[in-house]
Amino acid sequence: MAAKTNSKKDSASAEIIDLRLYVAGQTPRSLAAISNLKKICGEDLGSRYRLEVVDLAKNPALARDHQILAIPTLVRSLPVPIRKIIGDLSDTERVVVGLDIRDGKPDKRPAGGTKGKNGR
Amino acid sequence: MAKKAKPSARELTPLQKTPTGIPGLDEITSGGLPKGRTTIVCGGPGCGKTMLGIEFLVRGAVEFNEPGVLMAFEETPEDMARNVASLGFDIQDLADKKKLYLDYVYVDPSEIQETGDYDLEGLFIRLQNAVETIGAKRVMLDTVEALFSGFSNMGVLRAEFRRLFRWLKDRELTTIVTAERGDGTLTRQGLEEYVSDCVILLDHRIKDQISARRLRIVKYRGTKHGADEYPFLIDERGMSILPVTSLLLDHQVSSERIPTGVPDLDEMLEGKGYFRGSTILLSGTAGSGKTTLAASLADATCRRGERCLFIDFEESSKQVARNMKSVGIDLDQWARKGLFFHEAWRPTQFGTEMHLLRIHKLIDTLKPSCVIVDPVTNLVSASSDKEVHSMLLRLIDLLKNRGITGALVSLTSGGDNLEGTHVGISSLTDTWILLRDIELNGERNRCLYVLKSRGMAHSNQLREFTMTSKGIRLVPAYIGSGGVLTGSARLAQEAKEKSAERLREQETQRKRQEIDQKRLALQAQIAALQAEFASVEQEAEQVRNQEEQRLEELKLDRDGMARSRRAN
Repeated sequence: MAAKTNSKKDSASAEIIDLRLYVAGQTPRSLAAISNLKKICGEDLGSRYRLEVVDLAKNPALARDHQILAIPTLVRSLPVPIRKIIGDLSDTERVVVGLDIRDGKPDKRPAGGTKGKNGR
Repeated sequence: MAKKAKPSARELTPLQKTPTGIPGLDEITSGGLPKGRTTIVCGGPGCGKTMLGIEFLVRGAVEFNEPGVLMAFEETPEDMARNVASLGFDIQDLADKKKLYLDYVYVDPSEIQETGDYDLEGLFIRLQNAVETIGAKRVMLDTVEALFSGFSNMGVLRAEFRRLFRWLKDRELTTIVTAERGDGTLTRQGLEEYVSDCVILLDHRIKDQISARRLRIVKYRGTKHGADEYPFLIDERGMSILPVTSLLLDHQVSSERIPTGVPDLDEMLEGKGYFRGSTILLSGTAGSGKTTLAASLADATCRRGERCLFIDFEESSKQVARNMKSVGIDLDQWARKGLFFHEAWRPTQFGTEMHLLRIHKLIDTLKPSCVIVDPVTNLVSASSDKEVHSMLLRLIDLLKNRGITGALVSLTSGGDNLEGTHVGISSLTDTWILLRDIELNGERNRCLYVLKSRGMAHSNQLREFTMTSKGIRLVPAYIGSGGVLTGSARLAQEAKEKSAERLREQETQRKRQEIDQKRLALQAQIAALQAEFASVEQEAEQVRNQEEQRLEELKLDRDGMARSRRAN
């Protein structure tokens, strides 16, 4: 698994990142999450990400199928492993660490990673 | 309870209840769990919380047509289905029939990164979707506390829990929430703070290497409920709780009489036998014939075409059958006809509750009209006197409630007070037959007497109990100048009396003959005298005749003389 992840990181610049954001209706928290995510994605990923917003209020069955509990939840389904981030994504640093997307800035990565682990 | 929907406007509606269908639980909660509210089921690991919850859902779906949602936080539905399959529940099948909705909530803290504000709306959406999909009336959250390990923001969690319980209540879903027991608290996360309508505590303890499960209703707001600790069991048919005693003493009674299987004993009981549905205690010392007496009852029961269940803690079926044949009781023929059921197991095989449950289940399946337990005293080897007493109390209660005639055999060990039972159940029984040995003149003889028999004028006699090849016979013991005698002493005394009687008879005969002879002698004497009298009479007549003749002759002479003198 680790080896696979590494190999993917090596060629990360070419990779597409699949993100799915689960919200429940147009609540302020959902809206905040969307705008926060767009901000982060814009900064760090440019055009490499693919974002899908899933409104569980419209598609309730998906909550069970995708194992969603907290709202909002951001799921990175690609590259594997799957990562889940919950909350309104206001803690940018943690989102970046959680999604493991800071490819362009290797100098900050170890620090961020350590911080992320301690945080959990 | 639930049926009293709206009695009248001015009267306060009593708390409505949802029956669980779990044997015994509805009885001690007087109707079930609070309808439309949440009940916490707490206890340590492996105490049966999940079982209770699943049974609540399954029985709800199957027996009460109330679909249920099972939201599992710890086990996947596949695991759970496998676990409960051994208890006879097919939850996957129910799920396919849309009577049950299974949702496994996977919580893994290592996968989740918290980045700011969130709530658990996803959980609510899932629950709502589940409830709406099948029109659920019942919900079970197994073990919802797992969420506490999945999320780190306690403030959010507590708020969401409060919201969850309110949400369930608003939708009038009867819910069971299972929770792990905490250290010194009912639940580890203090769930009882949010839900305070009904709390059920389960306990699983081991005593003397025998496990015992117990259930207690810690709290049930707004209703009466049994406050004791109730033993319960989980077996291949699910959970069953045994109320220590039913809250009421109101079982139906029958005045029908059934023969005891021993005609002489029937005679001692007004000539009719036991009351149907009564409980009979057969107590006595070793070898006094208790089992034979019990087997006679079994025989009589089967002879009427009724079923009899014989629970044996001492002998195997074959052994009993063989032994009873020697006194002319053929139990095998009844067994073949499906009327006699002999169930034997060791008293140490399990705890008292399990024994009771096993008997309970046998009664449920076999539906006997008579149950014999031989001997109840052996149960003490598996647990304490107190537990056995409480178990027998419940057993008697069960038998009485079903109108089953019960015979409990109790062994009185040497040195014990004869008129007492080891487990103190004599006061619970209706008829008490005491068997004892009388040791006299180098013999031990069996004696039987009816110590008590409620509701009938029973014999006060002590009868000698003999076993013949044609069954039990009760011989009135010799009671006379020689005291109470049994066995050969009785026979000797009877022989002695017989010969004395014979002597007396001969004497009378002799006297009678003597008198007759005297009478004959006198009659002869009378005849002789009469003969003598007659001869005397004859003589007197003769004298008179001679005198008359002389006078005649004298007159003739005188006349002759006068003629010759020519007198005149």
